[in-house]
Amino acid sequence: MHSVPSVRTYVLIWLTLTIMTFVTFYVAQIDLGGWNVVVALCIAFFKMMLVILFFMNVKSDSPLTKLFAGAGFFWMILLLGQVAIDYISRNWMPMGKMW
Amino acid sequence: MEQQFDSSTLGMWVFLLTEIMFFGGMFCAYMIYRSMYPGAFASTSLHMEPFWGATNTAVLIVSSLSMALAVRAARLGQQKMLQLMLVVTIFFGLCFLGVKAIEYHQHWVDYKVPISVPGLGSHWDYSNTDKFPNQAQYAKQAQILFCFYFFMTGFHAVHMIVGVGLMLTILVMARKGTFSPSYFTPVEVSGLYWHFVDIVWIWLFPLLYLIGRTKSLI
Repeated sequence: MHSVPSVRTYVLIWLTLTIMTFVTFYVAQIDLGGWNVVVALCIAFFKMMLVILFFMNVKSDSPLTKLFAGAGFFWMILLLGQVAIDYISRNWMPMGKMW
Repeated sequence: MEQQFDSSTLGMWVFLLTEIMFFGGMFCAYMIYRSMYPGAFASTSLHMEPFWGATNTAVLIVSSLSMALAVRAARLGQQKMLQLMLVVTIFFGLCFLGVKAIEYHQHWVDYKVPISVPGLGSHWDYSNTDKFPNQAQYAKQAQILFCFYFFMTGFHAVHMIVGVGLMLTILVMARKGTFSPSYFTPVEVSGLYWHFVDIVWIWLFPLLYLIGRTKSLI
């Protein structure tokens, strides 16, 4: 069977996630210009990876399951990337910034 | 049994991929509209209450921890611990929905719901107030963005309700003594679903509540 992670590991991951929630909440109150959105999304990505790897146990899953979990990222990159390329290249349509 | 477990996990991931496509479409549309109307979106962010959003994020993270511990207990055959952790997970799931209900009620009272109900009239008003002096210029675009808010958090809340129902089913099964260290697949795959719904909120929180708060566009 798969190895069973210790309670300590889970509690440490939970602690990190909670601290990151506080960090993202307080950083959002400080004006960093365009960096606000970058910081917020990077923290969200980091939190997501912790949940996927440890809480969802993908770290110790079979390679095939890892491949399927990775396919989700691939699909999102295709979707957001291709659509962004379409809209950015519409010269007649001024696009603002994300922030 | 090992192979059955692996294929069940894989099957759940295939389902989660379809869920990624479902939510991904909304996130994609959100990205486009946000870049089209950045000022209007910063304006709507100011109407959200980040304290409630952060509280709900913390609540969901605790429920994810208890869910992970429930799966661990099932794997080790700790029946009492499994049931306790499932109850904790259900409790925090309901807490999340309660906070969401408070927020929805606040938007309704503030006339920030872009719909018109027969008999009750419109519940949308985006004219200037003392607190928000220059927001009327965004009245039209803000409807689109509040629509995104209600659809994205609404679908997320529906997933939470389904998740709570799922956990109740697992709890009943656990009380009947269905699970053992050699068979706990339903606990594992329901846990994957619960964590996925948590991840969706991890993204919704910064996108809807945080980004644009420091902008003095209003």
